[in-house]
Amino acid sequence: MNPELKGYMLLSVIKMLVVFTVVLVGVALLTLLERKVSAWMQNRRGPNRVGWGGLLQPAADGLKNILKEETFPAEANRLLFLLAPAMSFIPALMLSAVIPFAAPLRLDFDFTAGPLGRFVHHGLMPMVVADVPVGFLFVLAISSMGVYGIALAGWASNSKYSLLGGLRATAQMISYEVAMGMSLIPVLLLSGNVSFSSIILEQSRTLWFVLPLFLSFFIFLVSGFAETNRLPFDLPEAESELIAGYHSEYSAMKFSMFFIAEYANVVTVSAMVATLFFGGWDVPFTRADESGVWYWVILSHLMFFAKTFFWIFFIMWIRWTLPRFRYDQLMALGWKFLLPVALAYIMVISGAIYALEHLAGVTSPLTRAMALTVVSLVLGILVFRVLDRGVIVSGSQPRRQRLEPDLLRNPLGGRTDGVRVAS
Amino acid sequence: MESVVFYIFATAAVLGGVMCILQRSPVASALWLMSTMFSLAALYVLLGAELIGAFQVLVYVGAVLVLFLFVVMLLNLGQRSNDLRGPSGIAAALVIAGLLGIELLAVWRYTPSRLAAEVAQGPAMLDASAAFPAGQAMRQAAAHNVVQSVAEPLFRTYLIPFEITSVLLLAALVGAVVLAKRRI
Repeated sequence: MNPELKGYMLLSVIKMLVVFTVVLVGVALLTLLERKVSAWMQNRRGPNRVGWGGLLQPAADGLKNILKEETFPAEANRLLFLLAPAMSFIPALMLSAVIPFAAPLRLDFDFTAGPLGRFVHHGLMPMVVADVPVGFLFVLAISSMGVYGIALAGWASNSKYSLLGGLRATAQMISYEVAMGMSLIPVLLLSGNVSFSSIILEQSRTLWFVLPLFLSFFIFLVSGFAETNRLPFDLPEAESELIAGYHSEYSAMKFSMFFIAEYANVVTVSAMVATLFFGGWDVPFTRADESGVWYWVILSHLMFFAKTFFWIFFIMWIRWTLPRFRYDQLMALGWKFLLPVALAYIMVISGAIYALEHLAGVTSPLTRAMALTVVSLVLGILVFRVLDRGVIVSGSQPRRQRLEPDLLRNPLGGRTDGVRVAS
Repeated sequence: MESVVFYIFATAAVLGGVMCILQRSPVASALWLMSTMFSLAALYVLLGAELIGAFQVLVYVGAVLVLFLFVVMLLNLGQRSNDLRGPSGIAAALVIAGLLGIELLAVWRYTPSRLAAEVAQGPAMLDASAAFPAGQAMRQAAAHNVVQSVAEPLFRTYLIPFEITSVLLLAALVGAVVLAKRRI
């Protein structure tokens, strides 16, 4: 092994250890955060007995889950029953390896460590465990494997509720994967590459993609909710219909692994939204963050953390705010609304890019991004005000005369005109 | 180093394929097939075709096999699917295996030099060197734009065959809808 390869290996091992430790501890803390956020939204206190302000609650939960009895349902397929939690846990953790969490750091070292030999590194070190050239395709591919864990858990449990949950999860995740993949094609059109580093560089050169590709962002976010099985799309584990869906029969640490996988997926989706549409580690209005100086790297990491954390919070916010969709509504939303809109949006964006480059002669990427922002603004208004007609914005409302507020307050009092709820 | 990784994944792929046909439970078969597909994706990545590897996982592991699993779970095929294990089944299996073996022998006779000679002599429909100038794919992959190295030949040189293939897929889709829907 030459010294450069050794230096690279050393850095990779350090990055792996740091990233996986941080993700696992972060996921544990997210369970606490979710309970705190829900308590805050419901005017309660949440867990506050273990540790300072409840900070050690995840440790207590983990200890409890390790010590609890492991149960196996009768007639269950034992091997697949054991394998299923791992199969949803491993893909969820693999994804944290490919998302860049800070600007590249300029790092030069050259030292000899006794019998291990000489370690050399020169130049910029990308702040990501594996800077894969296939970028977000890797994320789509690996996250599509997460469905195996859920489907197998449902099948191997030998319970009708689990099976129904597993079937629902499979259908839902396949359906929304299509819309998710389609929503990312405009990103590829605009950046010209699928790798995260080039997408972030393009965004720091022009605008964050949330502006020129607003509809893509919206479709990606909604599909992300469905892919992580979070409310309002948590049909696979809808407790009012299926007890707990695919993990009804799981206990102790095996249940905990599903739980960790869900939160790891939440982190991944948030980081993806932050990276693909909000510039990732990009510090806005400056390009000094690409210089590789250590304080800019720390600042860029703080930017990435703030953006990701906002979207994690947003996902929790939605969970404790919106009711659950009905299953047919979920499928209709995915196939009849998100997919056609995503396809049409690809046509519009590629047409607009062609027109700008070949007809209008725009060469500056910034001008192009601004022109696309105008296009997206018009399209956004068109989609949400004209085409929507109660499909997403008022998803679970029945298609009949809405109840008037007066009638709800005073059911015997008869109607008074003029207080209709604006639709 | 690379050959060690190759043998790990090649063994996994072959093992997955063999176990896929040896298992009695259809769900277990589907899972072994999944491991084969995943190992193939790893082999593509070793060949430097990261994009093909990603699509292999995305399409086969993530969509096609999930659909298999979905159908198997819905039908809930039990342990009684041994219809093929009779004498007639074994005879059919031997015939098919023999045919496949002969095909493999034909492929084995194709050494790289013979393939290159035949390509050079045969009637050239498209100039292959225009689609893949020497070293272009490697250079583009080195520049970390794996999409471009696939997209350029696909959408410039081979656009018409590509579009015809998509029409073929569309025909399959229309056929599936016609078969599944009683009233259209």
